[in-house]
Amino acid sequence: MYEILKVEKLADNTLLMDVKAPRVAKYCDPGQFLIVRLDEKGERIPLTICDYDREAGTVTIVFQAVGTSTKKMLSLGVGDAFKDFVGPLGCAAEFVKEDVDNLKNKKFLFVAGGVGCAPVYPQVKWLHERGIQADVIVGARNADMLILEEEMQSVAGNLYIATDDGSAGHHGLVTDVIKKLVTVDGKAYDECIAIGPMIMMKFVALLTKELAIPTIVSMNSIMVDGTGMCGACRLTVGDEIKFACVDGPEFDGHLVDFDEAMKRQQMYKADETKAMLKLKENHVGGCCGGDQ
Amino acid sequence: MSVLKAIPVREQEGKVRATNFEEVCFGYNLEEAMAEAERCINCRNAKCIAGCPVAIDIPAFITEVKEGNIEAAYQTIAKSSALPAICGRVCPQETQCEAVCIRGIKGDSVNIGKLERFVADWALENDIQPEKAETLNGRKVAVVGSGPAGLTCAGDLAKMGYDVTVFEALHELGGVLVYGIPEFRLPKQGVVAKEIEKVSELGVKFETNVVIGKSITIDQLMEDEGFEAVFIGSGAGLPKFMGIPGENANGVFSANEYLTRSNLMRAINADSDTPLITGRKVAVVGGGNVAMDAARTALRLGAQTHIIYRRSEEELPARVEEVHHAKEEGIIFDVLTNPTEILVNDEGWVRGIRCVRMELGEPDDSGRRRPVVVEGSEFDIEVDTVIMSLGTSPNPLIASTTEGLEVNRWECIVASEEAGQTSKEGVFAGGDAVSGAATVILAMEAGRVAAKGIDEYLKKKV
Ligand SMILES: Cc1cc2nc3c(=O)[nH]c(=O)nc-3n(C[C@H](O)[C@H](O)[C@H](O)COP(=O)(O)OP(=O)(O)OC[C@H]3O[C@@H](n4cnc5c(N)ncnc54)[C@H](O)[C@@H]3O)c2cc1C
Ligand code: FES
Repeated sequence: MYEILKVEKLADNTLLMDVKAPRVAKYCDPGQFLIVRLDEKGERIPLTICDYDREAGTVTIVFQAVGTSTKKMLSLGVGDAFKDFVGPLGCAAEFVKEDVDNLKNKKFLFVAGGVGCAPVYPQVKWLHERGIQADVIVGARNADMLILEEEMQSVAGNLYIATDDGSAGHHGLVTDVIKKLVTVDGKAYDECIAIGPMIMMKFVALLTKELAIPTIVSMNSIMVDGTGMCGACRLTVGDEIKFACVDGPEFDGHLVDFDEAMKRQQMYKADETKAMLKLKENHVGGCCGGDQ
Repeated sequence: MSVLKAIPVREQEGKVRATNFEEVCFGYNLEEAMAEAERCINCRNAKCIAGCPVAIDIPAFITEVKEGNIEAAYQTIAKSSALPAICGRVCPQETQCEAVCIRGIKGDSVNIGKLERFVADWALENDIQPEKAETLNGRKVAVVGSGPAGLTCAGDLAKMGYDVTVFEALHELGGVLVYGIPEFRLPKQGVVAKEIEKVSELGVKFETNVVIGKSITIDQLMEDEGFEAVFIGSGAGLPKFMGIPGENANGVFSANEYLTRSNLMRAINADSDTPLITGRKVAVVGGGNVAMDAARTALRLGAQTHIIYRRSEEELPARVEEVHHAKEEGIIFDVLTNPTEILVNDEGWVRGIRCVRMELGEPDDSGRRRPVVVEGSEFDIEVDTVIMSLGTSPNPLIASTTEGLEVNRWECIVASEEAGQTSKEGVFAGGDAVSGAATVILAMEAGRVAAKGIDEYLKKKV
């Protein structure tokens, strides 16, 4: 069991948790993720690593309750525990392996949408700790949905905010802000890292392609094992099939087939698969394959 | 009854079992087992022993069954096999021990598999323990992966007195035995969990949720955590796809995904949180045990199910019993058929599968006749779900994070046949990770060989 040591509400339906998991904390890096399972009946849920304390052996996760399983996680408190907590999984952010002096000559732009702030934060922090100031754009539906604002402020070079309803920062989309920074303010970026809803990453990538800024995105595909065993997380990058859990989660945003990825992400949404199964159970015989 | 005929094995009737996940085969009872054992003529030069990859003394255990000494029969098997209740169920006996049984020349071979299963189940029910190590030597060995290779290696080392820890990436122990092979063939609680419990009673420690190469590397295990030797039994879990159009559509799964959701995640139970798309018309592409398991799972969930296989029925690589069972249950076999495209509707979901007919040409490298396309034979099958079961290869995760570990061009770890020794000192490997996808019994044999190899290595090292 993996004990929860801290719970903090960041926004409606969005919680931050510190979890005791020394094996994950010891060797994890920004960009990687982990998988949690609530209980015996639980799904395996992939979550990005938001922060870690190697000495204390703790890992910070942030999640927004969207499906059945994450909704159940909202009821967890300090002292409760996850049944399973495995990681780190996936590859670390590219720059972690690069020479720090090299990095110092690079200008980074991070774009975080919604809970995407959680995975962006450790990356900006990692760079900050090595004396590299990155610009960060944070997008949210409204001011109440903004998370980790202070934390981000303390590690970012410039922080720009955009909200859909204008309740904080720029009234509009993160792409408006990128466009303004580059075309009006004349800022030059060597690399953009965008993490958030797929639709946001798609439009950021379209824009940065026009602006000729190399762009990395982090693909939150549907996963089961997270170790390369099932292919549930596969996506098309350029003309290759990649597994998000082992080849990623970060990929070249200009090569990802977002339309396919977004369709795949909907796979279990339209479908009341569990309800269908229940129906079948009452329908002994299965003669007509009857799920209607 | 004629002595040429084997005692029949009771099983669930085809139509009934097609709607449930209970075990298909009931196995023998004591009376039936003793009667079947009588059919063994106890050959002086018993060929069956050589036919068994772990060389169980088959005539000796069967002789004990004849007498009704089931515990003694169990101890005879236990000398050579760590997981007999599992092997009795999933070994391809028809190509191993039973293939060379003298009785088989004229009539049915002795049903060695079902006798093994009977003895092993009896030992599980009566809680018979394998013999433990007398003295512990305290030397630490790490085992990566808890499939049959890892479990066997760990059990053997523990019996020799080593301090063994098994690291497993998933949340449950057993490897393919829990995530791949379905309940109706291999009961998880009743058989797999109990066999693993026995390994744990030998003193083996288990740590789940540790992905070697990610959570910690092999080098770190040896340098930081004091393991003097490591056995890699990480299997061949990476699924292959065909590379045909439409393969990423919604409703296309690897057999691994489909089976992992159903078995490991228990998505077939209404109270599991893991979703599973069951489909109404399912095509399973492939002809191995994995394909049969996926097809029979889909069938039990109410789908009309096709097996699509490009060679002819004789070449189906699955166990004969599984093919037979699948047919009885109503699976439709489209052999000499190969998919060329998955047809997709406007919303991105599967609506059919386009195939061509094949015919058998000249023999290929494997000695089997090569299937060639029949020109102009294209046709469509209407399905809403496609399960790809085209084989698997070893996951590169460990090899790519271990300094100096050699792999061949199929990503299989290179290890010596006689000791499981890899190119890296103190590191041994076996099972599907070395051979590529094979069988439970071969994985066990490799685990056993490596345990001996590790023991010899550590004794020399002192
Ligand atoms: C659906 C299906 C049906 C089959 N039916 C039969 C049958 O009827 N008869 C038969 O003889 N064989 C059958 N096989 C094949 C047989 O199951 C395998 O050959 C056998 O399980 C291989 O054993 P193994 O121990 O080498 O690997 P596995 O059983 O694959 O176990 C490997 C374990 O290692 C773990 N692992 C992998 N990487 C890591 C890592 N980096 N860190 C930690 N742990 C890791 C995996 O999670 C897994 O638990 C079947 C296979 C499948 C998939
Ligand atoms: S989640 Fe199974 S392969 Fe990526």
